[in-house]
Amino acid sequence: MSNVKATVGRFEPRRTTRYTIGQVFRTIFLLATCVGIAALLVLLLDVLNEGATHLSWDFIRSYPSRFADRAGIWAALIGSIWVLSLTALFSFPLGIATAIWLEEYAPNSWLTRTIQMNIANLAAVPSIVYGILGLAVFVRWLEMGRSVLAGSLTLTLLILPVMIIAGQEAIRAVPTSIRLGSYALGATRWQTVRRQVLPMAMPGILTGTILALSRAVGETAPLIIIGALAFVPFVPDGPLDSFTVLPIQIFNWISRPQPEFHAIAAAGILVLLAVLLTFNLIAVLLRNRYSKKL
Amino acid sequence: MVIAAILAGCGNTGDSAGGVAGPIGVDGSSTVFPITEAVAEEFIAETRGEVRVTVALSGTGGGFRRFCGGETDISNASRPISQTEIDACASAGIGYVELPVAYDGLAVLANLGNDFVECLTVDELRQIWAPGSTVQSWSQVRPEWPDQPLRLYGPGTNSGTFDYFTEEITGEAGASRSDYTASEDDNVLVQGVSGDGNALGYFGFAYYAENRDRLKLVAVDSGSGCVEPTPETIESGQYAPLSRPLMIYVKESALESPAVQSFVQFYLDVAPQLVAEVGYVPLEANGYDEARARLAQALDG
Repeated sequence: MSNVKATVGRFEPRRTTRYTIGQVFRTIFLLATCVGIAALLVLLLDVLNEGATHLSWDFIRSYPSRFADRAGIWAALIGSIWVLSLTALFSFPLGIATAIWLEEYAPNSWLTRTIQMNIANLAAVPSIVYGILGLAVFVRWLEMGRSVLAGSLTLTLLILPVMIIAGQEAIRAVPTSIRLGSYALGATRWQTVRRQVLPMAMPGILTGTILALSRAVGETAPLIIIGALAFVPFVPDGPLDSFTVLPIQIFNWISRPQPEFHAIAAAGILVLLAVLLTFNLIAVLLRNRYSKKL
Repeated sequence: MVIAAILAGCGNTGDSAGGVAGPIGVDGSSTVFPITEAVAEEFIAETRGEVRVTVALSGTGGGFRRFCGGETDISNASRPISQTEIDACASAGIGYVELPVAYDGLAVLANLGNDFVECLTVDELRQIWAPGSTVQSWSQVRPEWPDQPLRLYGPGTNSGTFDYFTEEITGEAGASRSDYTASEDDNVLVQGVSGDGNALGYFGFAYYAENRDRLKLVAVDSGSGCVEPTPETIESGQYAPLSRPLMIYVKESALESPAVQSFVQFYLDVAPQLVAEVGYVPLEANGYDEARARLAQALDG
């Protein structure tokens, strides 16, 4: 009898228990997803509730003012677009080139491993450190002044590690068989990279770029260090003009005692979100174009 | 890098050739920022945008670093320039004029629900805030007060408000106990004090003025009776020792530019009205006259 029981025990399907456990985990994962989305929703609703009524064309087109109802975000908006565009322009080619070299060309030497480790560490350095670096190198040493250019280059340094790592991941995901096939047909290494690897890796690279640029657009600390301004009653004419960006303008309004400024800060946050979404949209469209080609 | 260097070179020549209409750079205290911003806004309207003025807020110390590095024309300050900063300016050959533009009071605040604290003496404040202070409950401040925990709120160490309060209360700028809730953003302190029944905090008077219905103002007794901060007691200096002058420092060589000159003169002319509008206390009338006299002297020299 006991013998039979043991045998049955070994093959017990325990179907109900296993399905229950499966359901429990499914619920846990769903809840985890909901936490993030709920927090985002609450934040959005709160900002919309406070800021939506202050959002107008006048608000977008006006310069800062001591009167909350006259203050606008134009200088900061244009400043942010300048900085973000230049940062994308600098960091994208640099990031991809580095990722390609590390994945496709670099020998597996101690030098490569050191570079690799440094990049991973750099990704975790607090942004204010990049601000100090930018101040010393771009503002003072290269004498760029407190300009859009110095700000963009500082942010470029800040997001490069993230872009390189994302680029490497994307390149590594391209199957080796494709490279081997390309070599077998007589292609050079560069032809393989350009015609096979890059097109396949591009969607992943672009996703990494979106994430990195989203981080750049929200940065305040390094730009305050390198001397982005809080009151700028004009838009930059070129990359060497002084500038301000949306997060600094928002921070400045939030830290004021008058509640009316807190309300227009909320409107500023909505503008910042809109800029972020626009940039992301551009990147998603680019990504889709590349994905379709394959 | 080469392109960057070339671009940078162009920028520099552009700046120095700018001369009259070149941007007037202001940096410094975030407390003084709203005043200078208001003046700049009016000045730009007045000159129809011919002169560009930019204002940053690196803090009083950060502002002086840039000022003595020759990077800015005017520095906003919520405390007088310190000896190390004087030395830095001197060694860089930067002369300056100090012009007071407004008064600010530091308010001491408790929670609205607190029904026993009305007034604190300077000694009691020192006892509470001194470095290494062991005061943990209200009854340790005054035996007749309840044995409830005392929770402290104050500005962070980067703030000029912190420097000023510690200098006046503990006797040495920067000397303070550190086991308190610190924030560089005074609105966070307002939130903290208004939400904590056992709170005691200090921050700029303007932040109290906007939140009167949420906070309990504590009077300060410096030996001649309890005085509450009001625009009158701050201006007259009766609210001692926690009322302070706010200043701008103007680089002497920058005063050679007519644009900077007219900006500073404009500043002193409109200050009485604008200072009150942004929530601070204007100097008494002859305070601005004295500042004008100092400016005239610097212009002659």
